[in-house]
Parts: sequence; structure tokens; C-alpha cells
Amino acid sequence: MITAKTARARRSDPGMTQTSTDMMRQDTAASASYAIELRGISKAFGPVQANKDISIRVRRGTIHGIVGENGAGKSTLMSILYGFYRADSGEILINGHPTEIPDSLAAIRAGVGMVFQHFKLVENFTVLENVILGAEAGGLLRPSLAKARGLLKDLAREFELNVDPDALIENLSVGHQQRVEILKALYREADILILDEPTGVLTPSEADHLFRILRGLKEQGKTIILITHKLREIMDVTDEVSVMRRGEMVATRTTSETSPTELAELMVGRKVLLRVEKTPARPGEEVLRVDGLRLVDAQGVERLRSIGFELRAGEIVGIAGVAGNGQSELLEVLAGLRPAEGQAWMNGQPLPLSGRDCDAQARRARRIAHVPEDRHRRGLVLNFHAWENTALGYHHDPLYNPHSWKMDNAAIIRDTQAKMDAFDVRPPDPHLKASGFSGGNQQKLVLAREIEHAPDVLLVGQPTRGVDIGAIEFIHQRLIKLRDSGSAILLVSVELDEILSLSDRIIVMFDGKIMGERLPDQTNAQELGLMMAGMA
Amino acid sequence: MSKGRIPHWADVTLVPLTSVLLAFVISAILIWAIGESPWAAVKLMVEGAFGSSYGWGYTLFYATNFIFTGLAVAVAFQARLFNIGGEGQALLGGLGVALVCLYIPWPHWSLALIAASLGAAVFGAAWAFIPGYLQARRGSHIVITTIMFNFIAASLLGYFLVNVLRPQGAQDPSSPRFPAETALPKLHEILGVFGIPFSTVPPVNISLLVAVGMCFAVWFMLWRTRLGYQIRAFGESEPAAEYAGISPARITIYVMLISGALAGLMAVNSVMGEQQRLVLNAVEGAGFIGIAVALMGRNHPFGVFLAAMLFGFLYQGGAELALWTGIPRELIVVIQALVILFTGALDNMVRIPIARLFAMRGAR
Repeated sequence: MITAKTARARRSDPGMTQTSTDMMRQDTAASASYAIELRGISKAFGPVQANKDISIRVRRGTIHGIVGENGAGKSTLMSILYGFYRADSGEILINGHPTEIPDSLAAIRAGVGMVFQHFKLVENFTVLENVILGAEAGGLLRPSLAKARGLLKDLAREFELNVDPDALIENLSVGHQQRVEILKALYREADILILDEPTGVLTPSEADHLFRILRGLKEQGKTIILITHKLREIMDVTDEVSVMRRGEMVATRTTSETSPTELAELMVGRKVLLRVEKTPARPGEEVLRVDGLRLVDAQGVERLRSIGFELRAGEIVGIAGVAGNGQSELLEVLAGLRPAEGQAWMNGQPLPLSGRDCDAQARRARRIAHVPEDRHRRGLVLNFHAWENTALGYHHDPLYNPHSWKMDNAAIIRDTQAKMDAFDVRPPDPHLKASGFSGGNQQKLVLAREIEHAPDVLLVGQPTRGVDIGAIEFIHQRLIKLRDSGSAILLVSVELDEILSLSDRIIVMFDGKIMGERLPDQTNAQELGLMMAGMA
Repeated sequence: MSKGRIPHWADVTLVPLTSVLLAFVISAILIWAIGESPWAAVKLMVEGAFGSSYGWGYTLFYATNFIFTGLAVAVAFQARLFNIGGEGQALLGGLGVALVCLYIPWPHWSLALIAASLGAAVFGAAWAFIPGYLQARRGSHIVITTIMFNFIAASLLGYFLVNVLRPQGAQDPSSPRFPAETALPKLHEILGVFGIPFSTVPPVNISLLVAVGMCFAVWFMLWRTRLGYQIRAFGESEPAAEYAGISPARITIYVMLISGALAGLMAVNSVMGEQQRLVLNAVEGAGFIGIAVALMGRNHPFGVFLAAMLFGFLYQGGAELALWTGIPRELIVVIQALVILFTGALDNMVRIPIARLFAMRGAR
């Protein structure tokens, strides 16, 4: 296929030799069977290499899956393709042409449409108004609206993409809102459709419907890129699948020739296990018991479904799962940060999960401490000095408040100094702002604060995210030490290594449910990976 | 360019001083452009504000007002709440002062001062409580509600003055004069005790000491008490405050109560200390000046004190300028607006070059 651009190039250069023209034609022909080709894309955010030398080819008229754990760089890659970020290096070819995509407008012009995980719709506009928004033809709305109405009718017939064009977005279900996003892309004549975790907010039947739509679009010659971490969807709907891990593209497979097991292995990677020195746990009394825990978020999506487990003194229970399957919500519920339905008991006494006595102070009073997943947002006040952060959450501690309302800053500073020495925080300066410490030292500050209060239950989320290797080892040792002193620890981590090496028991979560429980020495990363993907 | 690149001392001195200087330079150009001498104008302003104990007296009187309203805005801003309602809260504070002074017989000014301060604080706090409650429990944005409450307060005060407080037969919508026992000692009386002569004309009074005391009290509350800790933690990061078990709703309401009380206290100076009666426009825009004062004072009580002095100088110096030169009164407002513009809105315009300067020096 000879495109207009190459034809123009040939016309303008009559002296071009026959061979080079042939080569060019061949090259173009080969590339043109790919809707998208990325060559050596790299992107770094500060010290974090989000994408490392990524090359990928997406065949025209196929559904191409991209899988990987959270933080593997999938969304960054797609944001580069859609013009939200610019790659530090590398090349983008669309339909065989090298294309610059400095902004999303350029992406739309190149025929790339994107359906975001979080919809970008105007809630109090109608479907029709949202579809034409930003793509109005001329100053008057009527022609655009009429055109969109006609198009919507055709699409509804062809692909089951039926939505009432005059309904307000706020009155539509999540599944219908997503269809509007797809319609927006099609109205802009997108040939290549990128869907970022499209089923995260959908019910299973809505998801099946979405896949029928996608297959229909494929038959019309559209190219679809599906980003997900759910292997079942990949196996169901894609033709080819690429696996990303830690910013790199590790493999591309034809879907019919691969298996969930292989993909799970590729996703998680056969990483060297960081072995942690520890003696077998000696679990004691039951300290925390949870039964029938249920959480429904503001969008009406069920985030936790009848969660039940118990936690004993002197053991570490790890919760494995791909991020976004309810682990974070479980931690927040237990830490008193959001109310939920269900029952819980702490040391045999009922623990309210909603109502007035359900906040983080009440949990600390019941000897539940919490190392949050996001230390920058929750665990620390970055603009506060280290010593002020030591009092965070413990500002009612009589040690810090000898006269109920007045704070004894000097006592807090002394205590911070002691904690910094015990946890080897560097620099050991209580007057340094929290933002001035490295990630590992920030985490040590948080851990020192929570561990030194000797809680009965410690909730830990992603304890070593963004932490350097040396600090990881130290943090793991401290958690084991706390366990050995008789505390119960609930560990949430997306690092399977960490779960495997620290936990005495492992609970796997998928889609808000507990998929099962395993003992670390009787399972392996592959089995857990499958459970995490909802395949077991 | 991050804020952290500038040393702390430069951030609190160099940046605001440069802003003020720039505002003055542009003001000078304006004065020159209308055919007056900028140098003479500056001389007149400085002499008018600081050249005599008369000038000092007025400067300090205005500054007292601005300290109260500036502290009110600064405290709220520590919790990242933008209280634009200082004007209305001060008006209500005036009503509190008037009720206390008119309806309770006081044997001595000192008792009257304590009671009137309480009255002003309670009325101001009550007026700020409603927007605070609406934000905390109903999610109505505090900027909108506090602005609206300024208008409601003005109407409410008008009603009280015309229908309740106005003496029979009087044409003027104002309260009767307060009893003489409630008159606050003027600064010249206080200084007279120590044998220091001071002009008897300006209305500056003992409220100045109350204001200075409040600066210290607010500093102590913010940095030495648990409540202040909770307020600052909530202001810096709401998710972290939630994690610490600090109730956002409760802190919002507490902060608005404190802020409203401080704004209300302004009335002790203007209503009880100066006018000795409640008039329609008792606050004269000091509630809004408080926003600029807090902004310039970096929401720190000491900074608020200094910024209030600057605005006191601008008010008094400006009044002198309008009195003795052909420079119209409106130009004074323009000069004040320029100071607000440069210290508040254009903060980064000054900050970024200074940060660059420090970065260059650090690199060498």
C-alpha cells in the first residue's frame, strides 16, 4: 500500500534510485500492517524509569492486550501514545508513519482514541453533548448534534452500543458511561482505540457486553489495545498479548499459543527471593477477627465482599493481590478511615466498623496501629518537621501532653531523637522536614512511630514501596521483631516476594473477595499469581 | 522552582520587602505621572505616619484593627480555610460590644473591657460558626458563605441600629453613646503613667495591648497546644489528618470559631475604643484589609503584626497625603491595592527571581 505521503515524497524527488524506492515501498508495506509501532520508547520521572526502551507492534484489526502488575508502566506507555507525556527517547509509528504526538489533539488527528479508567465526561450534559464536546463543527451546535445523533443510531445497530442520546450522563450506569466514552472516540473517527482497565468498574455482565462491542469493532477493522491486569479477559478477547514488568516489555505472545500460567509467570517474573531470617511463628491468642465485611464505594461498586479472617498474636498474615482488588480498602476499613458493613472483634470485644466511634483515634485506643500504603499522602505531613510527624496520630498521648491541652514539644523532640536512633533514620535530625528525608528514611520514621507504641495489631501497607534495598532488609527485620514480641501483623503488599518471605500465612484477594489461604512453604509465586488473577 | 530553595530568613524578609518596594516604585511612577513629586509624597506619608506622636497614634490605631482581622484570616488559613468574612464577623462583634456596654452597667472600664471582649468574640465566633458548620457538615464552600454572610451581617446590623438601638427621635442610624465608665484608656493616659508624653488626639487605646497579646496567644495556640497541632496538620494534609484521627469537620468548626472571635475582637478597638457608640459602617473595610495583612504576614502572628503596621502606615500616611497634596484620595487606595497585589497575587513573580539568585550563589 502506497500512502499519499510516500507518493508525494517520490514526486518531489525524481532523482531517487529505483532500489531505494523499492526498499521504501517494502518498508512502508511491512510497517503499514501495524496500526501502531513503538520503537525504543523510554520515559523517566526523576529517578524512576517508568518505561525502559519499549518496542511493540500492534497489528491492524486486532485486539492487543497489555498486561502487567500495577506500576509496571502500562499507563505511562499509553499516556505517551495519547500525548499526555512526551517520551524521553524513541519513536512512534502510526500506520507506518513516524508520528509526533505532542498532545492529545495530535493523537486524535492520528486516529488514536482513548477510553480512560476514570471517565472524562461532563456529568450534567447529555450523551449527545458529551459526544460532540470539543469536536463541534462550526459555531452552531445543531449540525454537529444531528450528525452525532445519526452516528449514534448506526453504531447502536451495529455494535450493541446503544445509549439514549438525550440521557444525562449522571443518570447513566457506569457501563453506559463507558459506552459514551467509546462513542466519543468513534465520533472522532478513531481507528485505534485504547482502553485502560476498562472492566475495573464493570459488573461481569457489563464486561461481557463490552467485549462483544470490542469484537464487533475489530470486525470493522478497528485496532484495539486493551490494558488490564486480569488474565481471564486477556485470554477471552485478545489476539496478541504483551507483558510488561517494571517498565520493560518482557514478552509478546499470540494469545492462542499461551496460557494464563505462562502470563502470570511473565508478569510476576522469576525474581530472586529476598530471604528474611526468621524462626517459625508461634501464634498465640486470636486478637482480631473479621466477619462478613462488605464495602460499597460512592459509585455503588462493591469493593469488599464478605471478607472474613482472623489474626493471632505473634504471626504475620500477608494479603497478596494485584493492586486494586480491595486490599487497600480492607486496610482503610480496619484502620478506621472508612466505614463498612460487617462485624469485627478486637481482643474478644466488638470493634465498631461504622458510626461515631469509628475513626483512627478510636482504633489506636484499641491498640491497632497502621503504616499506611501512601506515606506521602497519609503517613506523614511532608511540610512538618520529623518531630511533629512523630506525634501524628499520637498527639493525645499523655507523654506528649502532660497538661492535657498543651503539647510538650521538647518531650516529643527527645522521643523522636530516640526513635531515630533506634531505627537508624538518616540524617538523625528531628528538626528536618519530612519531605527532606529519602523514601526509605521516611518509611522508617513512620514505622518507628507505629512500632514503638507496641501495638497489638499492626496494619502495614506496601512497607517497602519506593524504598532502597538496604532499608528493605531493615524494615523486614523490624516487622519480624515486632511479630516475635507478640504483636499480630497484617501485611498488604503487591510485591509477591515480600509476601512470600515475611508471611506466616497468605491470604489472596481478587475482586474484593478472598480467593483462598496458603502457607508460604506450600505454595509458589505461580500458584499465587493465578489466584491473584482470579483464575483459581 | 521549589519554595525550599530560598533560605527561611529570606523567605520571610526579602520576599515581602521586595514586593513592597516594587509596589512603592510603581506608586511613585503614578504620582510622578499626575504631576506631583513622588519624593515629597513619600516624605509627607512617612512624616504624617511616624513624624509625631499624633501620627504614630493614628498609625497604631489602624494597625490594631488590622492585627485582629489579620490574625483572624491567618488562623483560618493555617487550616487552609479562606475566611473572607472578617468584615461581617467584626460587624457582629461590634453588636456584641454595644449590647454589653449599653445594657449592663459597669463600675470600671477594666471589667467592661473584659466583658465587651467576650461579647465581641462570642458574637464574631457565632457569625463564623454558621459558615464553618455549613462547610464541615454540608460541604458549602466557606469562601462563598463567608462572603454572603458579610452582606447579611451588614443588613442585620442596619436592622438593629434602626429598629432596636437607635434612641427615640434620632435621625442617625446609630446606637446611643456608651456610658462614660466604659471608655477605654487612651495610649496617652497609659504612657502618662510612665511620664511619657503622647498626643491626646488619636483614638489609639488599650486595645493595642490586647491585640499584641492576641498575637502571642495565637502563636502559642498554633505551635504549643494540641489544638494548634491538629489545625496545622489538617491544613497541611487532610488525608494525613484523617489518618491521625483528627476530625476534619470538628477542626473546621473550631478554626472558624477562633477566626470569627478574633475578627469580632476588632470591634473593641473601633467601637468601644474610638467611637464609643455603634455606627452603621463601624468596620470600614478592615475585614478585607485583614486578608492582605495575613497574606503578607505569611499567616504567622509576628508577620501579621508587622504587616498590620505597614497597612497602618499606609492608612495614616495616605490620609495625610490626601489632606495636604493634590493627590486624590483614590490614588491612596491605588497604592494600597498595589501593595496587596504585589505581596499577595504576584508573590511568585518576586519569589522565583530571588530563588534563582540564591541558586546561582549556591552554585558558585
